[in-house]
Amino acid sequence: MSNQTAVSQNTSTTIPEASTGGTMMPLLDVRDLSVSFVQYTGGLQMRFLTVITSLSLTVRPGEILAVVGSSGSGKSLLAHAILGILPNNARISGTMLYVNEDLTPERQMSLRGREIALVPQSVNFLDPLMRVGFQVRSAAHGSEAAKAQRRVFDRYHLADQVKGLFPFQLSGGMARRVLVATATISDARLVIADEPTPGLHPAVVKETLNHLRELADEDRAVMLITHDIEAALTIADRIAVFYAGTTVEIALVADFTDNGEALRHPYSKALWRALAKNEFVATPGAQPSPDALPPGCLFQPNCKIATPECASVRPKERELRGGMVRCIHAA
Amino acid sequence: MRMGSALIYIGHKSVRLAVLLIALCAITFWLVSQSPIDPVQAYVGADMMRVGPEQRAEIAEYWGLNAPPLERFVRWGSAVVHGDFGTSMIFRRPVIDVIQERFTASLVLMGAAWVFSGVLGFVLGIIAGARQGTWIDRLIKCYCLTLASTPAFWLGLLLLIVFAVWLGWAPVGLGVPMGVPADEVTLGDHLRHMILPAVTLSIIGVANVALHTRQKLVNVLASDYVLFARAKGESEPAILWRHGMRNVALPAITLQFASLSELFGGSVLAEQVFSYPGLGQATVAAGLRGDVPLLLGAVIFSALFVFTGNLLADIIYRFVDPRIRLGGSV
Repeated sequence: MSNQTAVSQNTSTTIPEASTGGTMMPLLDVRDLSVSFVQYTGGLQMRFLTVITSLSLTVRPGEILAVVGSSGSGKSLLAHAILGILPNNARISGTMLYVNEDLTPERQMSLRGREIALVPQSVNFLDPLMRVGFQVRSAAHGSEAAKAQRRVFDRYHLADQVKGLFPFQLSGGMARRVLVATATISDARLVIADEPTPGLHPAVVKETLNHLRELADEDRAVMLITHDIEAALTIADRIAVFYAGTTVEIALVADFTDNGEALRHPYSKALWRALAKNEFVATPGAQPSPDALPPGCLFQPNCKIATPECASVRPKERELRGGMVRCIHAA
Repeated sequence: MRMGSALIYIGHKSVRLAVLLIALCAITFWLVSQSPIDPVQAYVGADMMRVGPEQRAEIAEYWGLNAPPLERFVRWGSAVVHGDFGTSMIFRRPVIDVIQERFTASLVLMGAAWVFSGVLGFVLGIIAGARQGTWIDRLIKCYCLTLASTPAFWLGLLLLIVFAVWLGWAPVGLGVPMGVPADEVTLGDHLRHMILPAVTLSIIGVANVALHTRQKLVNVLASDYVLFARAKGESEPAILWRHGMRNVALPAITLQFASLSELFGGSVLAEQVFSYPGLGQATVAAGLRGDVPLLLGAVIFSALFVFTGNLLADIIYRFVDPRIRLGGSV
């Protein structure tokens, strides 16, 4: 990939360390990441679509960080940015550190599939004309790929004949296990699961999430990107709440309780209260369009506690009660 | 289970072929019988001053032209079923012999064009698709769109002017050199006479498969599974080879088989331009001179040819693609 990536290290925002696993060094440290796309509309008119704005988060070995946000809010692009597989017309700024070293495009190329693995959304991410076993083996590194594939099939209770099947022959549950197997076989230390449980049977969802928890318990760092906050809460350690391309809050799982008083950002509170098991109230309004982001706080147009100041200055992230928040009114 | 479905498939296709051939022959027969060309007149040609009305009537009687059309058609049909295609009026030889000779010449010509256009089109399509949006992609696309809108006979004339008339590299026409006894004609002579018509047909055929391959590859490279392959750390050349070729080859081959009808249509025009003694040229001659037995024979064999192409395309699609072969939905 020849992204014209401009990953600079000049941003020196200090990131608050959340309390869980406090002393451990983060495996992945994303600071102030912005991703935009250049679009040509009618001739030479250029248009910038900013899909990720000043996003910051960290993932440590042994923990699951869930990135939770509504569908179509650009969460997948965060995964693609970390892996370095964004399309050519993407522009990136900010810093991404992997084990304290800058994640340059060259480094991304050598790390992806080895140190950093992706668990994709669906069986559509497997080549339709290639047998499953071969596709799992191709994710392994080293000379004993066939042995590693048998081991990983055993681990996920996949029968040996599954390796001879084509992707369309897999059942929903089998497909999930095959996709997780491609990440496990690579021995990656950072696993990014992008919406791994879309529209699945609850039992399959539970099984898939447990597989991710096991990977974290083996001291890997897991980043779970999902719109399903309830599922995320069952296995994650920390939750990054994603809104309009940025993290508005990073909270502990324990903060999501009662009426959400422990939460820091009005959007997180609204998201929590919108759940069926809570108050089931929808937040009015829609996320701002990526080609017309408001100058101030991104949530301000829909926020109930917004003040004139919110509309003019974009709030900086700050540490609050062992988490992070991006709201001047949070206390 | 699979044996049964294969039998059903074969039965289904056989019935379709039979219906197709019967309908095709009936329509052709009807068209020829409505044609203003008098077969006796066409047969007698320049000798018309020496052939009197009585002799004409005798010829017509001998050919059975006085019987009602339906009776003639049925008589012809039952003879064909017994393997007798009748005698060509213009060649004065059994139709089956003429077709065998002409079809062989055409098959060599079309085969060369088919392979060449398929390989070249596929390669051009892969290059354009892999380099989508670059100058080379635009160049290939421009070339293909120009060719796709070029009539075969016009291109043939152009090649004739340049390579046969101006440069003198290739013969102007015919299948063998003029004035050379048949047993002294070498394989090289055959090849030299085949080059220009084959190139004409190939150049036209390239556009279709190249544009199709390009679009398919562009779609494959934008697919989720290629994105995931990138995420797994596969390099771009490996992705093109492993996933691109695999997913593009099957539709390209299918398309190439299905395009036999266009190839045959093109060969009729190209053979006419180059006076190449193939089936296409014989068909035109039979049509213009009211040679009904030869025309019907040519219609049957060209229909069989096109049907076989479509059948092969269908079989490849059905029995090679695992998604259809092993049952399930695409």
